[in-house]
Amino acid sequence: MKIHEADAKALLVAQGLPVPPWEVARTPTQARAAAVKFLADPANATGKVVIKAQVLVGGRGKAGGVKLAGSADDAEDVAAQILALEIKGLPVRRVLVGPAAEIVTEYYLSVLLDRSTKRLMFIGSAEGGVEIEQVAKDNPGAIVYEHVDPLLGLPDYAARELAFKIGFGAHWKAGAAIAKGLLKTMLANDADLVEINPLAVISEHGAQGTPVERLVCLDAKITLDDSALARHPGHEALRDLDAEDPADVEARRYDLTFIKLDGDIGCMVNGAGLAMTTMDLVKRAGGEPANFLDIGGGAKSDRVAAAMRLILEDANVKAILVNIFGGITRGDEVARGLIEARAQQERDVPMVVRIVGTNAAEAAALLEAARFETAATLDEAAAKSVAAARGTAA
Amino acid sequence: MSILIDRDTRLVVQGITGREGEFHSLAMQAYGTNIVAGMTPGKGGQTALNGTVPVFDTVAEAVAETGANTSCIFVPAAGAPDAVLESVAAGLKTIFCITEGIPALDMIPVVEEVRLAGARLIGPNCPGATSPGKAKVGIIPGSIHREGRVGVVSRSGTLTYEAVQAMTDAGLGQSTCIGIGGDPVIGTQFLDVLQLFRDDPETEALVLIGEIGGAAEEEAAAWASEHLRDIPKVAFIAGRTAPEGKRMGHAGAIISGGSGTAASKVTALEAAGFRVAGSPTELPALLRTAGYRG
Repeated sequence: MKIHEADAKALLVAQGLPVPPWEVARTPTQARAAAVKFLADPANATGKVVIKAQVLVGGRGKAGGVKLAGSADDAEDVAAQILALEIKGLPVRRVLVGPAAEIVTEYYLSVLLDRSTKRLMFIGSAEGGVEIEQVAKDNPGAIVYEHVDPLLGLPDYAARELAFKIGFGAHWKAGAAIAKGLLKTMLANDADLVEINPLAVISEHGAQGTPVERLVCLDAKITLDDSALARHPGHEALRDLDAEDPADVEARRYDLTFIKLDGDIGCMVNGAGLAMTTMDLVKRAGGEPANFLDIGGGAKSDRVAAAMRLILEDANVKAILVNIFGGITRGDEVARGLIEARAQQERDVPMVVRIVGTNAAEAAALLEAARFETAATLDEAAAKSVAAARGTAA
Repeated sequence: MSILIDRDTRLVVQGITGREGEFHSLAMQAYGTNIVAGMTPGKGGQTALNGTVPVFDTVAEAVAETGANTSCIFVPAAGAPDAVLESVAAGLKTIFCITEGIPALDMIPVVEEVRLAGARLIGPNCPGATSPGKAKVGIIPGSIHREGRVGVVSRSGTLTYEAVQAMTDAGLGQSTCIGIGGDPVIGTQFLDVLQLFRDDPETEALVLIGEIGGAAEEEAAAWASEHLRDIPKVAFIAGRTAPEGKRMGHAGAIISGGSGTAASKVTALEAAGFRVAGSPTELPALLRTAGYRG
């Protein structure tokens, strides 16, 4: 699950990490109030505030979702502009307001799950503030990798080593402490990724107005492990329902994995790998899948009916392909669910059903009695569904 | 021969009295797997599977009393990492974890303990393995198999069934079929399984079923190009049409930043001498084209 920058920052602060102050505003008026506060902050070295769209996609800056403002009026205007934006299809409902930082140096630091070594791994670079994938391409030598010991974590010496390798200069102690803090944040929240870009040395006004430098987390991106959400009840509140289709919410309720796509052939499959394969074969047969839908193992008829409703809610769907390879899932259960769902559905959409494996014979008898169009192989099912979507015979 | 499991497998099932555990244990037993013990804390002294299998409170006891040498875990996600550790502590060297939905961070120290103990963990979130005619451990339907000499390794569940069924329908039997699981942190990777197949004299051809996300297929391909030159081998990669940045069900199946794409996997596999099928049903014919005469 992806969470917003502001929520990610709150998780960092909870683990004691240095993050400049911020406030979240849902209206231009709220943004103005926050701006007034940060503009008056004596530590603010730029005399400006930054206003950042809170949307769960990258490239906010390029899309006009990150802007500076030098006065309260200005902040209100800018916030109004950003709150009216839609970035990559997602409406901006909230903005983060904070003091605009006087940036001295930008770094990159993240910790993530490295699947090939089965360990957590830090990625750091003195080339921060740009996409790390780009750095990896243009200047791979500028990236530092450090694995976390699966049993010991990140001992102090390893954190120091990482800080020196990245090259935080005078800020190496803060760098090492932040690395440890990011790991703590990851473990405390069951995150997949904790990414700070930029991690920056910023200059602020000290007590006597003299500049004081410190290393802080200027931006934050955290993704949470969906499998661990149950043991972090507080995290459910961080889910951005605006970024979700109503279909996503419905799918979660029935334990279905559903991803809407742009085509016109609805797919219902058991198993993620087989669901992807079904999409691939629809495309290969000249069609376009309308969705990825995995009904999971052991689906009963009510889950099948819910899956059918989800598919039919998409007005683009012109045909439906059901592909079930029974293992834990019993074919006759699925067939019953389909018959039930078709009896209730309002829209008549041609359906091609292929059920093999456990109780396939019982399923075949049920489907034949209910006059469903069936297919023996996956390739045949794909071809028939493409033909059905076009209104032609296979 | 075969890999991982065979007629000498003496299985202890952790979570044998649960709904899933019992259902699949009965199916394993019906297939001919020698289930020597069950394990459910608090149910020691009872029997399971219609009175045919003794149940123990601990894996250590089950091993001591029955000589179990392999375990299969059907324990719910919250207790599954601990169940793996218990098998390791009891000295078992082959451990299958079927459980899905285990938080990834929980598995990191567990796979390390498994490695340090010199044991092998298959899964989690995997369908298990079958050595046709000998034994099956896990949840793969026994009916789809046929005895033979093709080794099958896959990251998926039902997609594996699809591929195996296609092989069986075409008369191509299997030495062992194994599903390694779709989670980000798993005990056994493609590469490990390919090494086992290389050392198995009865495996004469290979089928690898991968999917988008991660780099495990590329790593396996790099190794195979050096060590598996002379064996007919075919592959299928699921997710060629999956959009970037969307997690396709499996926690592992996501294309991000242009890495983990189907194209990169297909290229790597073809460079290593795999023939890559456009559909699982094409695998048997492709294997024949690759020179397999079994």
